[in-house]
Amino acid sequence: MLSNIALGRFFPGNSLVHRLDPRVKIVIVVVLLVTVFWAGNYLALLTNLAAIFVFMAFAKVSFKNYFKNMKVILFIVVFTSVLNIFYAKGPLLFKIGPVAITKGGFDNSVFVACRLVILILISSLLTFTTSPTDLTDALERILKPLSMFKIKTHELAMMMAIALRFIPTLLEETDKIIDAQKARGADMESGNALKRIKALVPILVPLLVASFRRAFDLALAMECRCYNGGDGRTKMKVLHICSNDVLAIFAVVAVFLLVLWSNFWALAVHL
Amino acid sequence: MEKFIDIVDLEFNYEEADGGRKINILDGVNLEIKKGEFLTILGHNGSGKSTLAKHLNAMLTPTAGDVFVRGINTKDYSRIYDIRSTVGLVFQNPDNQIVASIVEDDVAFGPENLGIAPEAIRARVDDALRAVDMYDCRKEAIYNLSGGQKQRVAIAGIIAMRPSCLVLDEPTAMLDPVGRDEVMRVIKKLNKECGITIVLITHYMDEATDSDRIVVMNEGKIARIGAPLSIFSDVDFLKKCQLSIPQSVELLQKLKAHGVQIPSFVLNEDECVDVLARYFSANAISR
Repeated sequence: MLSNIALGRFFPGNSLVHRLDPRVKIVIVVVLLVTVFWAGNYLALLTNLAAIFVFMAFAKVSFKNYFKNMKVILFIVVFTSVLNIFYAKGPLLFKIGPVAITKGGFDNSVFVACRLVILILISSLLTFTTSPTDLTDALERILKPLSMFKIKTHELAMMMAIALRFIPTLLEETDKIIDAQKARGADMESGNALKRIKALVPILVPLLVASFRRAFDLALAMECRCYNGGDGRTKMKVLHICSNDVLAIFAVVAVFLLVLWSNFWALAVHL
Repeated sequence: MEKFIDIVDLEFNYEEADGGRKINILDGVNLEIKKGEFLTILGHNGSGKSTLAKHLNAMLTPTAGDVFVRGINTKDYSRIYDIRSTVGLVFQNPDNQIVASIVEDDVAFGPENLGIAPEAIRARVDDALRAVDMYDCRKEAIYNLSGGQKQRVAIAGIIAMRPSCLVLDEPTAMLDPVGRDEVMRVIKKLNKECGITIVLITHYMDEATDSDRIVVMNEGKIARIGAPLSIFSDVDFLKKCQLSIPQSVELLQKLKAHGVQIPSFVLNEDECVDVLARYFSANAISR
């Protein structure tokens, strides 16, 4: 049930995107995210989407998984875009009873929906093709300069790595607890919203207790393996940037410029 | 064999939170563990066997008495990482001792903590994974593995630190029979082929049969040390220590009690079958 969620999952592989340096991947994702918000018209949005699809094709992860992720946040997409329909002025498109749909509102809602979808695609692309260890390693290195300000970058990265490691374990455990409570007669599928939320308590409490026990065990195991914080620690995987990484950066910069150009092109046409 | 781990008059107790009553978990344990041996510690729940295990690599330090690992006192805090990379400890639940999401990344965790050069870590990780027969799964995600596989990864994570002793605290308690066999096979292989000293803590009698010596713990004390045969043949003693008796031993004991002339010194099912087959052919059933 819960284990169907592909959010934050990693699909091991050996594609071009998999082999990119994780630091470069994080930078690329950030640039792409900025680009999505920069896109000001349909052409720019389309350019963005096309670029993502090219990356997705290179990643060689089944497209089904992206849609699975999409399903999880479909509600948010629909909700925000419906809200946005009413949130703008402009020439009237059509009227259904008292509800007036304006051109600006329509554009807004399409834009918000498209942006959210692209955001999900980009973040899925990152987590699908980068192992959690690589991801957190890369983050640790990118954030390294912040340690000047006494920010504990290693500890932050370690916490993230452990959180990602335990997502599937805790999901599995939640499933087990749900089954166990159902076997004891718990009713989770009927009643109003308040009743259903109340029905979650007998699931969350054992889950919380169990995760504290896990945390204690894990801390013990880490101590047994000589963990002593970030000082004096080495890494098995040495990251280095190769020609593919440089190419990928160029590609993303090209996308960025293209989107920028599309924005200006639209302006020019309007003028 | 050289003196490897030496436990001298070890006592461990803690005071109850509410009252001042002291609870003795370990009460005067004396034990010497030799290099390269396969030692099994048996005992019922609460007999102090897990607490003893945590003393072997300085996770706990004695209230009284001393534990020496290669001559280093475990109370010497400055040498704590020397001790922990010499004596590795594997726990019961494999899920709770795996830190990273990918097999090889997790195995690398220990050596990374020791500050070893990247190429050397890679070599150690590959060796450790081969030793537990998990090399082919090195790129797998942890959540795709079975319980037995996860526990073998956990063992590899310790082996990668190149310890000379491996202490396993009920490593098969949460596994199914298949996973239990896998893990036991690996443990025996590490002892025979890699010469790693094994201290196996368990309450499954069948896992103890192949060990060199068995230590039986009861109420925080060592009740008896001996070879598997001498321990298993003393059924009354095992019952007194609240230990289950291996099925094969129990069967032969019961037959003997009914007047069947049969040797009762067997360790496992195969030997038991042998003994019974020999008995039947010798007494060629005439009916």
